[in-house]
Amino acid sequence: MLELALHILDIAENSVRAGAKTIFIDIAENRGKDRLLIEIRDDGAGMDPTTLKKAMDPFYTSKKVRRVGLGLPMLAEAAERAGGSFTIESREGAGTRVAVSFGLGHIDRQPLGDLTGALMALIAGNAGVDFVCRHECEGKVFLLDTREIRNEIGEIPINHPEVMKFIRQHIVEGLSGIGTEAKKLLSS
Amino acid sequence: MAKLKIEDLKKIKERIHAETALRDGSNRVKVTVHMGTCGIASGAKEVMDILMSEIEAAAVSDISVTTSGCMGLCSREPLVTVEILGQEPIKYEYVNPNKMRQIFKRHVLEGEIQTPFVLARGAEVVK
Repeated sequence: MLELALHILDIAENSVRAGAKTIFIDIAENRGKDRLLIEIRDDGAGMDPTTLKKAMDPFYTSKKVRRVGLGLPMLAEAAERAGGSFTIESREGAGTRVAVSFGLGHIDRQPLGDLTGALMALIAGNAGVDFVCRHECEGKVFLLDTREIRNEIGEIPINHPEVMKFIRQHIVEGLSGIGTEAKKLLSS
Repeated sequence: MAKLKIEDLKKIKERIHAETALRDGSNRVKVTVHMGTCGIASGAKEVMDILMSEIEAAAVSDISVTTSGCMGLCSREPLVTVEILGQEPIKYEYVNPNKMRQIFKRHVLEGEIQTPFVLARGAEVVK
């Protein structure tokens, strides 16, 4: 995986499979401290301490159809490669929190990539789950809360094409408004 | 900070209500994009992007899109399942944006199975 947006999509899909109802995605860019922080929190099934310990093992997975589970190890590796760190906390029955940091200006930091596409895929593909995405950049904040949208549209499914078009516009406008730097590939 | 344009949402809501009053509201086709780590790493998000933009361009509202996890055939990802109401689901393997466009136009809209891209017919058994 070559973009952080894809990692976010992957980890949030884990949350969906864990039965989460609301998933929080926080992204914060701090140029002064040269830090990029990404946090994904959910209210899903969570893990007991033994499972949590095994979660970082690439040869451990909760799935029965294959014998590897690479999502979390790959994200941890991407963070370590860019002078960052990785933490995961989980409580059975309460949810899981994955937090990663990167050196914002580190040459090996993956670009944030197509965050709009990742959010759209999450919202469209999981109409029953709410997503709250907050992207902060130098004091400017973009917030997308599907709960607010759901309140307005009532019984219309959130992944109706017209609603999705509206959400896409909202994300594109919002993200361009905060002037994110993390999107760019540093070597280009 | 970009504010959610509530007025726009209200207009969309009214428009959708007027339009769904004309049909029974059930979805004719269900398209599933497999979004496991393996799927994402091999381009499932790009496939999903194209699928959503094709649905928007075709202006159809009786197609539902969902994502699912890995089904164990990671080497054949990206996988897409097309299920037309009342028919057996069809699984497509090695899908890319171009194949997705073709599958959407020919199979989803016109009901013609795109045999060269098919992996299998039927639903997977999740253990």
